[in-house]
Amino acid sequence: MPRRDKVLVANGQGFWGDSILGPVRLVREGPLDYLTLDYLAEVTMSILQKLKSRNPEAGYATDFVSLIDRILPEIVEKKIRVVANAGGVNPRACMRAVMKVAEKHRLKGISVGIVEGDDVYPRLDELLASGEQLRNMDTGEPLASVRDRVTSANVYLSAFPIAQALDQGAQIVITGRGTDPGLVLGPLIHEFGWKASEYDLLAAGTIAGHIVECGAQCTGGNFTDWRRVPDMARIGYPIIEARADGSFAITKHEGTGGIVDESTVAHQLAYEMGDPRAYLGPDVSADFTSFRLRPDGKDRVKIDGVRGAPPTPTYKVSISYDDGWKAGGQLTISGPDALEKAKLCAEIVWKRLALDGFTYAPEERLVELVGANVCHAGIAAAENGAPSEIVLRMGVKGKDREKVDRFGMELVPLVTSGPPGVTGFAGGRPKATEIIGFWPALVGKDKIVSRVEVLRS
Amino acid sequence: MPRVSLARIATARSGDKGEGSNVGVIARSDAAYAFLKEHLDAERVRTHMAQINAGGVKRYEADNLRLLNFLLEDSLGGGGSASLRTDAQGKTHGLAVLRMEIEVPQEVLDRTPAP
Repeated sequence: MPRRDKVLVANGQGFWGDSILGPVRLVREGPLDYLTLDYLAEVTMSILQKLKSRNPEAGYATDFVSLIDRILPEIVEKKIRVVANAGGVNPRACMRAVMKVAEKHRLKGISVGIVEGDDVYPRLDELLASGEQLRNMDTGEPLASVRDRVTSANVYLSAFPIAQALDQGAQIVITGRGTDPGLVLGPLIHEFGWKASEYDLLAAGTIAGHIVECGAQCTGGNFTDWRRVPDMARIGYPIIEARADGSFAITKHEGTGGIVDESTVAHQLAYEMGDPRAYLGPDVSADFTSFRLRPDGKDRVKIDGVRGAPPTPTYKVSISYDDGWKAGGQLTISGPDALEKAKLCAEIVWKRLALDGFTYAPEERLVELVGANVCHAGIAAAENGAPSEIVLRMGVKGKDREKVDRFGMELVPLVTSGPPGVTGFAGGRPKATEIIGFWPALVGKDKIVSRVEVLRS
Repeated sequence: MPRVSLARIATARSGDKGEGSNVGVIARSDAAYAFLKEHLDAERVRTHMAQINAGGVKRYEADNLRLLNFLLEDSLGGGGSASLRTDAQGKTHGLAVLRMEIEVPQEVLDRTPAP
C-alpha cells in the first residue's frame, strides 16, 4: 500500500565535487520529501580503498559529512530524509561521522541506516574459487591476469536494501556502491510498496533516477542552447514528483535559475546511454524508447507509460587495478608566433629527454596545443585564425615510474631555455600519478548478500 | 539545398562510456528527426570524428525522444584515468558532432525553429 499519494525526491549532488549549494538550496527553497546525493565514480572507489588501507576510519565521502553538518537541523525540522552513496568503501565509518555531527548539534533520536555488502574486495579470492571468473566485460579476459594489481571491487547493488533501511525508519541512509538511479528508486519502493516483479514501475523509478543523477545536467546545465538558460548562477537542482502508478514529473523549486523542458530532459536521458531499449540495472531492464515526454507547465515535464523487463541473473562489479603511471603539465606561450613557438617547445622537450636516454612511444605520449583546436581536432568548422596565445599541454604514461617522472623535469626549463613568451607554469614539476585501470565484470546474484543496519543517535 | 551546421536542426549531449564516448543527437523537430534518421548514419559521424575517435561508431535510435545515439568506441585516448587528453571524458564530443556541415532541404528548415 502506498504511504502517500505523491512523493518529492530531489538530487543535490551529481558527483563528488559538485557544488554544495545544490543540496543546501534544495532543502531551503521549497518542499521536499527526499534528498539524494551521488558521490561515487569508478575511480573514486579505488582512491577510497587506498585511504581506508592507511586509516580504518577513512574510505567514505567526507564532503557528505560537511554537508550534513550544514543541513542537519533543517532536514530534521522539515522531516526530509537523505539517501546518499557517501559510504564509499566504509559506510560504517561514515555513519559514525554523521552520528558525531548529530551529537555536536545536540540532536537526539536521529536514525541513520547503512547498506553494506557491495564491497567484494576482501572476498575476491573466495569468489574466484567458487567459479566466478570475473571476466572483463569488454575484452573477455579473466580477472586472474590482473588479480595481483586489483585495488577495489564493488558490486552495483539493488535499490531494495535502501527501501529496507527506510522501512526500518532511517532518516539518513548511507550506502556504498549501488547504481546512481537506485538512490531515487529506493525511496519510491519504500513509499509505494513496489514489488521486485513490478518491472514497469521499477523501470519508471530507474528512469526518474537516471534523469536526476547528474544534478543540474537536466535543468539547463551543459545544455546546447545555453543562451536560453536564465540565471545559471542560481540554477535549480532537479526534483522528481513521483506517483504510485509509476508516472512522474521532473521539476525544480520555484524561483530558481535554469530550465526544465522536454529538451533539457531529453539531453540528460541521452547521457551515458548505450542501447536505449535495454538500460540494464540490478533490479530491472528499463526501456528508454517506451514513454513520452509531455510539457506540464512552466519548468515541468511529465513522463508516463514507462516499460521495463526482468533484470539479468548477475550483478555488475566495478573492479579497479593499478595500470601504470602518468604525468602531465602545461605552459602558456604568448604571441607573437604562439603556435609556432609552442610546437617548437614540444619538440625541444622530446629531444632533450631523448638526449638523456628517455624515449616514449607514440601511444605513451601526448602534445595538445590548447587554443588551436584540441577538443575538435580535424573538424573544419573549428579551425580558425592564428591564436594570440596557446596553452601547451604535454603528458606521458607507461609502466615505468622513473621514466614518467623524468618527463616532468623537462617542461619548466623551457621558460629560460626555450623561445620567448613561455610562462604559466603552476604547481611545480608534474609528478607521476597512478593510472587506475577499470575492469567491469559480472557476478552471480546468489553470491552477493546485502546487509542493512539502522542505528539511533 | 541549403548547407547548415547540424546545430541548426539538432542539439546534443555527450559523455564517457568505457574507452569511448556516446553522443546523443536530439532533433529540434519531427521533420528534422525524420531527415536525420535517414541521413545521419554511423559512417558519417565516424568520418567527421576520425581524428578524435580511433574506433568504430554504432548508432541506436529512440523515436520517442527524437534521439540518435552514437557510440564512439575508442574516442578518449585510453579510458578513465589512463587518458592524457584534456577532454578525457568526451564532454565536448557532442558539440564536435554539431559542428558538422550538412545539406538540409529548405522544407525541413522551414519546419524546424532556429535556436
